Amino acid sequence: MSEMANSLLVRDPRTRQRNAAEKRFRTYGQAAIGIAALALIVLLISVVSSGLGAFRQTYITLEIPLPEAKLDKSGQRDPAVMAKVTTFGYAPLLRDALLQQLEASGITTTLPGKDIGALLSKEAAASLRDNVLANPDLIGGTVTMDVLAEGRIDGYFKGRVTMESAALDGNTSPEALRIAQSLADADVIETRINWNFLTAPDASDQRPEAAGLGVALLGSLYMMLVVLVLALPIGVAASIYLEEFAPKNRFSDLIEVNISNLAAVPSIVFGILGLAIFINFAGLRQSSPLVGGLVLTLMTLPTIIITTRAALKSVPPSIRDAALGVGASQMQTVFHHVLPLAAPGILTGTIIGLAQALGETAPLLLIGMVAFVREYPAPYSEAAGLFGEAATALPVQIFNWTQRADPGFAERASGAIITLLVFLAVMNTVAVLLRRRFERRW
Amino acid sequence: MWVLDTVFSLPVLVIALAIVGLIVARARANIAAGGDIRTLAALPRAHGINTALSVLVPALASYALLSLIRLIGRQQGTEVLSAGTVFWAVLAIAAIGCLGAILRSSAGFRARLASEAWIRLVLIAASSVAILTTLGIVLSMVFETLQFFRQYDWRDFFLSADWAPNFRGNSALGILPLLWGTLYISFIALVFAVPVGLFAAIYLSEYAGPRMRSVAKPLIEILAGIPTIVYGLFALITVGPVLRDYFAQPLGLGDSASSVMTAGLVMGIMLIPFVSSLSDDAINAVPQAMRDGSSALGATRSETVRQVVIPAALPGIAGAVLLAASRAIGETMIVVLGAGAAARLSLNPFEAMTTITVKIVSQLTGDTDFASPETLVAFALGLTLFTLTLGLNVLALKIVRKYREQYE
Repeated sequence: MSEMANSLLVRDPRTRQRNAAEKRFRTYGQAAIGIAALALIVLLISVVSSGLGAFRQTYITLEIPLPEAKLDKSGQRDPAVMAKVTTFGYAPLLRDALLQQLEASGITTTLPGKDIGALLSKEAAASLRDNVLANPDLIGGTVTMDVLAEGRIDGYFKGRVTMESAALDGNTSPEALRIAQSLADADVIETRINWNFLTAPDASDQRPEAAGLGVALLGSLYMMLVVLVLALPIGVAASIYLEEFAPKNRFSDLIEVNISNLAAVPSIVFGILGLAIFINFAGLRQSSPLVGGLVLTLMTLPTIIITTRAALKSVPPSIRDAALGVGASQMQTVFHHVLPLAAPGILTGTIIGLAQALGETAPLLLIGMVAFVREYPAPYSEAAGLFGEAATALPVQIFNWTQRADPGFAERASGAIITLLVFLAVMNTVAVLLRRRFERRW
Repeated sequence: MWVLDTVFSLPVLVIALAIVGLIVARARANIAAGGDIRTLAALPRAHGINTALSVLVPALASYALLSLIRLIGRQQGTEVLSAGTVFWAVLAIAAIGCLGAILRSSAGFRARLASEAWIRLVLIAASSVAILTTLGIVLSMVFETLQFFRQYDWRDFFLSADWAPNFRGNSALGILPLLWGTLYISFIALVFAVPVGLFAAIYLSEYAGPRMRSVAKPLIEILAGIPTIVYGLFALITVGPVLRDYFAQPLGLGDSASSVMTAGLVMGIMLIPFVSSLSDDAINAVPQAMRDGSSALGATRSETVRQVVIPAALPGIAGAVLLAASRAIGETMIVVLGAGAAARLSLNPFEAMTTITVKIVSQLTGDTDFASPETLVAFALGLTLFTLTLGLNVLALKIVRKYREQYE
């Protein structure tokens, strides 16, 4: 009893213990937030730092003589005849032009000519050929062109490849990097902004420096159109029925249960559905944006339905009562009054659903969108129908690049992720702004 | 060419018919009104809309139905309906709908009620898409799975610990190593995500001030908005190599960048926002009176949280954990890029293992032959995955629902 006398002035051990526990608990909470923030920051830094390089590209400026004897023996400048000269016919021209450039810049080397030619991308000969076929009049003269440097030379200027790593690499050598450095000092090699990354199609395993996102962006755009055109009306119609009309019965319950379960079904299962139903059963074309869009539509529907229902629910019943009171039918009440008031919420939900669909990868792998596609898909063609031409999609292209051996593709994949994240950030910002601008508190 | 022309012109013809019907019916109603619109039971506009819907809805429905019959016929190897039959049948139905509606549009016809009935039908059809999707998922997997079990003993599939597919035949297709990898990775992910997510939710709802909340909440939501392929790449280029160089190799536990730990950790990061937002809902649903009561009895905040709030929110939190587990089991891209492809039954978390989803991807991409068990096994794996996640979801929803009833 005597200890109790000073209990209000002196903290007894038990109080101290309890306060310490309180402090600890609080720290755990802060630590949890810290871990989440740290994870996000590390993730973004790691992706951005390894991906920014993809938006810059190293080019070599060359003056390339185009001898008639090699490129157009007939002398008729007929592109059909000239097309017989393959890219292998153009490669030596580029190599000779580079050797000449070395001589002009006063760079001496022990490297054999073949290895010097390897400073140039394999894509360079192809783009020179395309250029010549498009402008046959160039033949006989000299053309000045910026051609792509090989991936490792490009990597050297971006800091990905160093003298030490080149010494261990069978595909390049420190000597080649030294030549590249001297060429850069002579202003022949330049690393600059690379818009081709966003517009060019994919390139083969050997040439990461030429690979771009053009086809993937187009494919993603087509799929988003399909999703928007299908998921928005179906989702809104379903929500209106469930929220405004559905009687409380077994059928409505069944739909409710189905929607909440579909929202949690793993995305890959939708890929199996697409493969079995849309491709094998309905006979739609593999790797087509149409099938991809259909699969993503089914995936986004639950999201859109859930957000639309929330938006409809937030319209106060007094609005409905007022409309019904002046003699509107139930249908008129919904379409003339409730739906317009809920529109901002529906729009926000739709954008968020689209953003989700844009980043989805797994189901698209199963319906063949991993295929290597170099042709830009047309929205409509007679043979393939609407959105039927083979395409890839942004996230699948990323996956595709991670599966390739050349380290240049890791940079491309990270660059593509930056692109994807920028798109998602824009979409989500628009959604947030819309909500802020139009949200009504009742 | 004939098929193409059909596909191309049928929608055009039907829509044209609808527009014509709309104009004609409206005109007829106007004539019937004879200048005084009050004699009509419905506005001329409603007559027009009713006619257009009488064309479009039956045409669309019959096209869907006939196409389905055609596809089923083709699946059986017989041409039940030719493309031409479908074309003419749909067009005839559209024309009948158009004509019928035009003829009905007289002064006494309640066209608005008729058109609203059509709209209601459309709304019901749209909401049954959810049922059709579930049906499609189940059917697409059940048939192929049955075919798989005709070629491969189901006991071997469910009970064998050997996974060695071989496209020349004689494969060992036991699900156990895949199931083990799936559960192991999900377990690690949950061990990481549940405490972090739960404490984040507790801190945000019980301790943080409005400013802290306005920063931390969106931050966690950003984690939820990042696509899984990004997490996958993060596992592949950052987390995997770091774990290998600083943990696995120095400890002598393995030298593979892709491992259970890599995939589990990254998946854990992905699940943080999931656990935290669901637990947040559960914690916020606990009535303030219970906290006040606890404080009034002299409990500190953490004691209130531990002894009053958490027990009250426990069913909701359990539901959140179950949903997170179902997410983890079905996750694909992180494990494809971070876990490896070797089917293995091992306890070492730094070894590469594989999961059900990885094998579904690898068995169904590339050249596939839908008669061989090596391809069909993917459907059996998919059905197993679907059943597993569905079970977890139903259980979670049940727990959450039961709990909600207590406070409302």
